[in-house]
Amino acid sequence: MSIDKATVAKIAHLARIKVPEDEQERLAGELNQILHWVEQLAEVDTEGVEPMTSVAAQTLRQREDVVTEGDIRDQVLANAPDRAAGFFAVPKVVE
Amino acid sequence: MTDLTRLSAAEALDGLARKDYSAVELTEVHIRAVEAARPLNAFVVETPELALEQARASDARRARGEAGPFDGIPIGVKDLFCTKGVQSTASSRILEGFVPPYESTVTANLFRDGAVMLGKLNMDEFAMGSANITSHFGPVVNPWSPGTLAQHDEAFAAEGAAAELVAGMGQPRPRQEWTFTRKLVPGGSSGGSAAAVAARCVMAATGTDTGGSIRQPAGFVGIVGLKPTYGRCSRWGIVAFASSLDQAGPMTRTVRDAAVMLRSMAGFDPKDSTSVDMPVPDFAAALTGDIRGLRVGIPREYRMDGMPAEIDRLWEKGVEMLRRQGAEPVDISLPHTKYALPTYYIVAPAEASSNLARYDGVRYGQRIDGTSLKDMYENTRAAGFGAEVRRRILIGTYVLSAGYYDAYYLKAQKVRSRIKQDFDEAFKRCDVILTPTAPSAAFGIGENTDDPIQMYLNDVFTVTVNLAGLPGISVPVGLSADRLPLGLQLIGRPFDEETLLRAAEALERAAGFEALPPFMAGAV
Repeated sequence: MSIDKATVAKIAHLARIKVPEDEQERLAGELNQILHWVEQLAEVDTEGVEPMTSVAAQTLRQREDVVTEGDIRDQVLANAPDRAAGFFAVPKVVE
Repeated sequence: MTDLTRLSAAEALDGLARKDYSAVELTEVHIRAVEAARPLNAFVVETPELALEQARASDARRARGEAGPFDGIPIGVKDLFCTKGVQSTASSRILEGFVPPYESTVTANLFRDGAVMLGKLNMDEFAMGSANITSHFGPVVNPWSPGTLAQHDEAFAAEGAAAELVAGMGQPRPRQEWTFTRKLVPGGSSGGSAAAVAARCVMAATGTDTGGSIRQPAGFVGIVGLKPTYGRCSRWGIVAFASSLDQAGPMTRTVRDAAVMLRSMAGFDPKDSTSVDMPVPDFAAALTGDIRGLRVGIPREYRMDGMPAEIDRLWEKGVEMLRRQGAEPVDISLPHTKYALPTYYIVAPAEASSNLARYDGVRYGQRIDGTSLKDMYENTRAAGFGAEVRRRILIGTYVLSAGYYDAYYLKAQKVRSRIKQDFDEAFKRCDVILTPTAPSAAFGIGENTDDPIQMYLNDVFTVTVNLAGLPGISVPVGLSADRLPLGLQLIGRPFDEETLLRAAEALERAAGFEALPPFMAGAV
């Protein structure tokens, strides 16, 4: 498997990171180098091996369905780059 | 009075209990040391006023007979921990100016037990790096970097009003200036923590370790670094990198200090779903000095081609140090060792690409405007993340994308099971495992940067431990031919930090590592 310029553009878009066209070629090279290196995992026999989902065998705990923290709107908004009327504000989405 | 910056935290706790000095005095000395150590660029934020306030509260508690187990000890906190009211950025531009309205569980636990915070410590951006060169705030300098000390007498240099001022102060104050002749990396990602502890400007520091980020820098600066078992310390309020691997731990100058500090950091936390509900033992009580009959595994796969001979010799010396105290070396095999780094570089970027999706320029941190919402996201994330972080997010996005998930991510999680099984097998035959911490001593800033994989190899001996969720500790054992610290790593069974620490203290005592870095905060 090998990454070309178009694939870089596609994954950059999926990751929501703007990558200028003149950087795509170089990035494709770097990513391919890393991917070729990790592809040595194909040598390992993993027939019948369960994929690890957690290092410590544990089940998710449940808790009472109650509000544990609330009425902190101003704290939640305090670090927002833009806010209006008690909400996060973003560029216009719907015309 | 003795130089208080040279004490271990355990010694300082004894001195505070004897009322030899107050927490305020101890803190003041360290605030000056933090200022003196600025050439290291170890701190992102200094918090002297907060430290003094906490120290006064500590003295008051002690006067009432209510001192906690870490009361009055001045520490530094890695910038990955969210600290209430103090900027927390993970050393990334995208979080510059972010001031959390909450406190991470680990720092809250430390403050509950009386710790005093001197500031936030520099690190690789989002903990992604092994040399502390990816920080938005610039690289950290290893205090073991060679340099020269020039002494100026300010009285002769001063003229006019300045001369009167100096004369008025009585004695002319010599001004010493340290110039680095070559700047070395402190390792990473907890490079600021490592440099600050080694240079004696903090008594201890918090670190986090996803692939070696506590142990490798500890090895590079000649201090002790402990990564606890996954689940021992809460991850709540720590900026997430790779959630199945991240674990916080202490970075200290002695094994005993690591034991004391871990007790204050650890504990069950319902706010972290992977926090383990287990009592926190008195780790220091496990330091009995008796390792007779302890079986020490020596993994043959860690003897790597091209490893410097001095690392190999240090490792053999370490085996001998433990054997002389009654431990029994055992040859073991960890056959999937060579696949650990490639596994890590699938699992960690995959988890990072998901965790770092939250930095969108909407809720906190930086925003770079765009023509649309999507354009704003893309601009914000392109400008806010550095090159290494962008690279890892892209790799992670690719290995998780439709059509590639099974070939990369699922395969890596299966190999990860194999790596864990290797350790399960090995621990049937031994109680702890001894390895080198890193394949080299500290290198120069700017070296190993052409090829990302070359940099990744720094973690070849430490990363297996994260993949298997085990506790590991780096202990300073000797110096390289270039007079740079070299560490050995001990690995323990899950949740058996007590045996691990006991073995580490035995190694520490036999090694007797007392060398000091050329750059010392107290001396400048």
